[in-house]
Amino acid sequence: MKLTGAKILIESLKKEGVEVIFGYPGGQVLPIFDALYDADIKFILARHEQGAAHAADGYSRATGKVGVCLATSGPGATNLTTGIANAYMDSIPMIAITGQVKSFLIGNDAFQEADITGITRSITKHNYLVKDVKHLAQIICEAFYIASSGRPGPVLIDIPSDIQQQETEFKWPEGIEIRSYKPTYFGHPGQIKKAAKLIASAKKPLIYAGGGIITSGAHFELKKLTEKLNTPITWTLMGIGCFPATHKLSLGMLGMHGTAYANHAIMEADLILAVGARFDDRVTGRLDKFAPYAKVIHIDIDPTSISKNVRVDIPIVGDAKNILGQLIEDINKLPDTSEWLKTIESWKGKYPLKYQDRKDVIKPQYVVEQIYEATKGKAVITTEVGQNQMWAAQWYKYDYPRTFISSGGLGTMGFGFPAAMGAKVGKPDSVVFDIAGDGSIQMNIQELATCVCNKINVKVAILNNGYLGMVRQWQELFYKKRYSYTNLTNPDFVKLAESYGAAGIRVTKREDVRRAIEKAISIDNVVFIDFKVEEEENVFPMVPAGEALNSMIEGLA
Amino acid sequence: MRHTISVLVENKFGVLARIAGLFSARGYNIASLAVSETMDPSISCMTMVVEAEDEKILEQIKKQLNKLIDVIIVTDFTKKGHVDRELVLVKVGYSAKDNALLDTILNKTGAKAVQRLDDNAIIEMMGDQDGIKELLDGLKQFGIKELVRSGRIAISK
Repeated sequence: MKLTGAKILIESLKKEGVEVIFGYPGGQVLPIFDALYDADIKFILARHEQGAAHAADGYSRATGKVGVCLATSGPGATNLTTGIANAYMDSIPMIAITGQVKSFLIGNDAFQEADITGITRSITKHNYLVKDVKHLAQIICEAFYIASSGRPGPVLIDIPSDIQQQETEFKWPEGIEIRSYKPTYFGHPGQIKKAAKLIASAKKPLIYAGGGIITSGAHFELKKLTEKLNTPITWTLMGIGCFPATHKLSLGMLGMHGTAYANHAIMEADLILAVGARFDDRVTGRLDKFAPYAKVIHIDIDPTSISKNVRVDIPIVGDAKNILGQLIEDINKLPDTSEWLKTIESWKGKYPLKYQDRKDVIKPQYVVEQIYEATKGKAVITTEVGQNQMWAAQWYKYDYPRTFISSGGLGTMGFGFPAAMGAKVGKPDSVVFDIAGDGSIQMNIQELATCVCNKINVKVAILNNGYLGMVRQWQELFYKKRYSYTNLTNPDFVKLAESYGAAGIRVTKREDVRRAIEKAISIDNVVFIDFKVEEEENVFPMVPAGEALNSMIEGLA
Repeated sequence: MRHTISVLVENKFGVLARIAGLFSARGYNIASLAVSETMDPSISCMTMVVEAEDEKILEQIKKQLNKLIDVIIVTDFTKKGHVDRELVLVKVGYSAKDNALLDTILNKTGAKAVQRLDDNAIIEMMGDQDGIKELLDGLKQFGIKELVRSGRIAISK
C-alpha cells in the first residue's frame, strides 16, 4: 500500500515502539500533524520547542527508551538545538524530527528555512536530510538504531514538507546493517584478564563510575563487583543512582562539589577502575595533579573517551554490563582493602558533608533533605543547573538508577522543569520533583501550561534565594563580592503558578518546609513550592577551577 | 608533526562537511586534503595531512574520525610503508634565453614544461614532498608568479 511520507513517519515511529512525541506544530510540518491527528501515538504540545526537546530527553533518562521531539523548520528547528546539544553531551538517545522547506526551495533562503543539518552537525551523533520519500523508512530505522546503540546520542531527521506529502510503498526494513558503524560491546578478554590481575594486586583500589553504568543497565553488576572486591566507590554527577548512595562502600559524588572523602580517596588511590565515565574537567580538577599514585583501568564504549584526558594503563572498549560481568568472573584473587577502608572511614568521620542548619532561616540543603525524607528516597528528581543542582546531588540519597535527572555536560539552565515533565510522562506513577532555582525555573516556565493541560503533575521546589546563586558564589569567592548582574527581581511564583491553573505554596519558615512538601505531593495538580531560602548560602565543599582535587574550600581541616 | 591519514567514507553529500566540521570544532589542523571516488563508487577516499603536536592528539584525531557514522576505515600512514604523491603547477618568469637552465632543472627533478611563452612558463610536476621542494628551490631564480598544489594522496606499500 502506498502511504505519504507523513504517514510513513508515523508508521515507522510505531514500529519503533514510540508511545509519545513532544513537539510544536508549524508550517512545514503540517502534513505530519495531519497524520498525527488520528494516529494512536500520544502527542504532548509543549509551549516552546526547547521544552519539547528537554522533555523528550527527560523521558529518555527516566525510562531508558528513545525520546522523540518534533518541530517545524527554521525557528522551530533552531529552538530545539539547546535540547539536542544537551542530550548529546550526556549521551541520551533521542530522535529530533524537523520539518524543512520544500526540497526545491532548499538553499533559496525560503521563509522559515534554516540549514538545521548543518547547524546540528556537531551536536548530534548523526543527522539526515531526507531527499527522497523512498528512503524515509530506512532512514528512520537507522536513526533509531544509531541513537540507541553504542554510546547513545541524539539523531536529527530533517524532512522537507513536499517529501511528507509524496507517496510511496511503505516497507519497513527487516534489519539494520551499517557497514561504517559497528559499536564494540564485548571487551577484549585479554584486557579484562589483565585488569583482574591488576585489581588483585592493588592496595588502595577505587571504583569511579559514570553515566555509562546507567545507560548500559550495569548497576547490578557494579554492585556485585564492588561488594566482591569490598572496595570504595565514587561516581560522577551523571553516575548518580548507579550504586546505592546509602551503601557503606559509597563515597558519593567526586569532583568540584564532590565529597571531601571521595576526592581524598581518588587522590590517594593506587588503582582507579573507571567505568562509563570520561574524566571530565569538573571531575579531575587540575589534570597534572590528578590521582598521582593511581594506575588506571578504563572501561568505556566510546574509544574517544579513553586516554583523552587521563593516561590509561588498561583500556577496555565495550559495554559496561558485559565487561563488568566478565570481570566478576575473572577475578579470583581479591585485594586486601581493610586498611584502605579504615583510612576512608577516618576521612568520612573527619570531613563529613555538612552545612550549618539554622532555626531562623530555611537552608536550601535542608529543603533537599526534607524532600528525600518525605519521598523516602523513591522520587524521580530532576534539577536545573547551578547551586540547586549541586545541593540536589549532595543532599538527596539516590539508591536507584534513573532517579536523578540532570544536565551534566552542557549545564543547561531551564532543563529541569521540562525534563521533569518528560520523566513524569514516562513514569506516571512516580513522584517527580524538579529541584529548581529562581533563575533557572524562569528559563522554561512556559511549560507550566503544558503540564497543567495534560495533567502532568510534577512538583517544583524552587530554592528561591533571589540570586543566580552559583555565579554569585563565584563572584563572592573570586571576584571580591562584586555581584555583577546576579541578583534577580522575581515574579510572585505562587500567583504565577495559580494563573496557569497550577497550585502554588510559599514557604518562609523552616518549620513549614516538611508540611509543604507533603502537601505538594498530596495535591492532585502541578505544584510550585516557593521556598524562600538563605540568600547567600554556598555550595561546599568546592574545588576552585584549575586546582587539584584535594585543594578543597571547606570540608577540609 | 605532520601525518598522512587516509579516510574511506560513504560517498554521500555532507560527509566532507562532517569531517571539516570535526576538525574545526576540535581545533585540529588540516594541512592538505584530497577527496575522490574509489573503485567502489559508493566509497570516497579522503587523504589528509594533519598537524598533531603529539601522539595523544593524533590518536584522538583518528578515534574521532572513526566515530563519525559515515567513516568506514581510517588508515594512518605515519608508521606504514607507503608511497605518497602531490601534483604541483608553477608559473615562472621565463624568456627564451633561460631555456637551457630550465631544462637542467626539469631533467634533474623529472618535472615537465606544460607551456613556454615569451614571458612565462608553466611547469608541472608530480612527486613526493622532497621532490617538489627540490623543484621549487630550483625555480626560485626565475621568479615564481603563481603556484598551485594538490593535496597529498597516498597508498600503502
